Amino acid sequence: MSKTQGHPRAGGTPENGRTIAVVRASLPRRYRSERRFRLLGLAAVVLSLGFLALMFASLIVNGVSAFRQTEIRLPVHFDPEVLHAEALAQADYGQLIRAALGRLFPDVEGRRERRELAALVSSAAVYDLRDLVMRDPGVIGQTREVWLKAGADIDMAVKGHFRRDLPEAERRVSDRQFAWLDRLAAEGRLEKRFNRTFFTAGDSREPEQAGIWGAVSGSFFTLAVTLMLSFPIGVAAAVYLEEFARKGRITDLIEVNINNLAAVPSIVFGLLGLAVFLNFLHLPRSAPLVGGLVLTLMTLPTIIIAGRSALKSVPPSIREAALGVGASRMQTVLHHVLPLALPGMLTGTIIGMARALGESAPLLMIGMVAFIVEIPKSFTDPATVLPVQIYLWADSPERAFVERTSAAILVLLAFLVVMNAGAIWLRKRFERRW
Amino acid sequence: MPPFALLAVLLAFSAAAYHLGRRRAFALAGAGGRAQRLHSRPNYHGALVALWCGLPAILLFALWLAFESQVITRIVVEGLPEPQRSLPGDRLSLIVNDIRNVAGGRFEEAAADPAVREAAATYRRLLGLSRQALAVVTLSLAAAMALLVRRRLRPALRARNHVEGILTAMLVACSTIAVFTTVGIVLSVVYEAILFFRIIPVGEFLFGLSWSPQMAIRADQVGASGAFGAVPVFLGTALISAIAMAVAVPIGLMSAIYLSEYAGKPFRAVAKPLIEILAGIPTVVYGFFAALTVAPFVRDVGGLLGLDVASESALAAGVVMGIMIIPFVCSLSDDFINAVPQSLRDGAYSLGATRSETVRRVVVPAALPGIMGGILLAVSRAIGETMIVVMAAGLAANLTVNPLKAVTTVTVQIVTLLIGDQEFDSPKTLAAFALGLVLFVVTLCLNVIALYIVRRYREQYE
Repeated sequence: MSKTQGHPRAGGTPENGRTIAVVRASLPRRYRSERRFRLLGLAAVVLSLGFLALMFASLIVNGVSAFRQTEIRLPVHFDPEVLHAEALAQADYGQLIRAALGRLFPDVEGRRERRELAALVSSAAVYDLRDLVMRDPGVIGQTREVWLKAGADIDMAVKGHFRRDLPEAERRVSDRQFAWLDRLAAEGRLEKRFNRTFFTAGDSREPEQAGIWGAVSGSFFTLAVTLMLSFPIGVAAAVYLEEFARKGRITDLIEVNINNLAAVPSIVFGLLGLAVFLNFLHLPRSAPLVGGLVLTLMTLPTIIIAGRSALKSVPPSIREAALGVGASRMQTVLHHVLPLALPGMLTGTIIGMARALGESAPLLMIGMVAFIVEIPKSFTDPATVLPVQIYLWADSPERAFVERTSAAILVLLAFLVVMNAGAIWLRKRFERRW
Repeated sequence: MPPFALLAVLLAFSAAAYHLGRRRAFALAGAGGRAQRLHSRPNYHGALVALWCGLPAILLFALWLAFESQVITRIVVEGLPEPQRSLPGDRLSLIVNDIRNVAGGRFEEAAADPAVREAAATYRRLLGLSRQALAVVTLSLAAAMALLVRRRLRPALRARNHVEGILTAMLVACSTIAVFTTVGIVLSVVYEAILFFRIIPVGEFLFGLSWSPQMAIRADQVGASGAFGAVPVFLGTALISAIAMAVAVPIGLMSAIYLSEYAGKPFRAVAKPLIEILAGIPTVVYGFFAALTVAPFVRDVGGLLGLDVASESALAAGVVMGIMIIPFVCSLSDDFINAVPQSLRDGAYSLGATRSETVRRVVVPAALPGIMGGILLAVSRAIGETMIVVMAAGLAANLTVNPLKAVTTVTVQIVTLLIGDQEFDSPKTLAAFALGLVLFVVTLCLNVIALYIVRRYREQYE
């Protein structure tokens, strides 16, 4: 520094002129690099948004068709020979379906052909027929047109997921079946109808019989436990740390703890749940109760951190005014500060709940990954949750499950969108600038 | 009475106690509503009675339910016939599991052996007894406490101070749960890990080069012992995390720079929330995307180039994990870039620097500590990420750094070792806890360092 100052400024105008010339000469290059940098930045943003778009596009393309299920209209004769009034539940409903198919396609002969013909209709359709008869035994003896679910492979073929131009041996639907389907379609007996089963059934090995309702109920019970525990505890902890705690060693310790817990991998919470709740306390495996407890521990840090920042944003003048008219500190907090901070806390809680709804890794550890057909009815029934159901279906090799996995993801994302939109609405509605 | 109904009844008791206390306080104040005679307002008298009524009973309720199963199991095991009772620990715990399952109706009764069936009947009877006792004890405790406290209400009673004291104690208790969680994690993971290290030496676990945790059922089977050298697993984790960071850091950082330094307000207002949507998508969705779309794509492209790509390549899992981390890097970097004082930028502009020169030479260096902290947090997240790798990475532990091969990670191994029914003291399941311990320690260190750096950085410009 001093050396440069010691030197007399070399020359004056001529040198300056040269500097400017140098700068001018370098300007095109510098502007080019400026443009490049800017484009690079834009490319990065576009790339991340592109990933988002790609992901959504692939989910929607794969998933939307699952909301509709191919059904076949068959003239089913409810044969009193088959349906004995005293044993309706055990009757052979498959025989009714085979008979109806036989009536539509009288020229089909041979065991293999018959079996292929029967495979048009889902093996689960018998339950639908049984339910129909149990509900209305008056149909016995009559012939009715009934819409029955098509088999999973047929469904995929109708939706165009199997290409017809492949050699017959390489596809799961034979030429004969395609011909029958064409005839059914021409007669108006083949239709894609709204897939109610998907929204009302539990899990199943048969894709056309599998639904998300069991997983949604499991998620509901799990989140209910999480909310009931984490909201009060989180609010209480935030209030104590922000309003009552004296700065000191212990408060620091708690703070560091909370910040670190927020960044601990979720699977570690699963290990904790397995070791403490299942192996030490012997709580039931696969139960929403345990899942809720684990998710509570996981979401607490989020809620506490959000709660503290909501409390911080309440101006001190409110507290001073309350204390000034003789309120105790507890009264100040409960009557004045907390109500003002509550919207912010609720927003944080909803965001924490949304995260808990999408969480699956710790729940795998505590056995919420079992194959469960029954729809859970309480906090201790074995259950699974929506993201884990997605994980389970994603593992299934059948093409029909790919479709259902994507559809289940769409439902999960819809829940998340609703929750986050709720949080944003809450923030906008109650946001206050002091 | 089912526990949840009992809890509801207890809460109802508590609510009734509130009214009891409040009415009593009004009565103490005398006719004409002369509440001035009371030290505390009647509400506080009510709250005091309600708290004393509800809290001890609910505490007892929770403790009872927590330890009920253990006590009953102990009694049932005592009652088992001699041959079963003297079995070694792990066999005994299998039988206990059977008993619980039969008692809970999860197994066919008829299939179990008679001793188990009898024990299950005892178990069920004791459970029923315990639930009845629980209801009687908690409800009478609640009622007794309520009446006791109600009798002690006096006009001069400092009910408000008492209530506030109890509330403060509850607040303190709630805020220490975070500490207990940490302690619980450390204790449970460390305890199981120690059991594991008794069987497999620490050195072999940390530095062994071969990982195949299958334990043989018979002793004479091939590979009977299982190998627990975790280096391939660590290397796989490092490889996938490195790929993820190679995707996330440049894209995230450049996005943050563009959004904070170049983008106009409308563009920023649209693009930023959209990028943050990426952060809100559940990881299982990324896993599905990786397995269904990205992995086949990577394999096909590799096939076109004449490369041999595994269908569960590290590359696919790593790239998708990188996409997941982009918003994390982006929003943290954005915060830190915005925290750089405008005066530094103005200084650079006044010297004739272009925008990109200002960003590269002034803004990023000034924000670097914060960005580094953010990247460390992102690394810890990549290491701990589970679902993407479970669905898209492999199971076999290959000792390789070739991103086109399948590798496995710590989290994948934990999940595969612990899913399904398992006996609790085989090295296979304990290994999962040892891996969990490593995972916890590593991420904890990364987080502590990162949070320290970030805090130092924030202070610098405040």
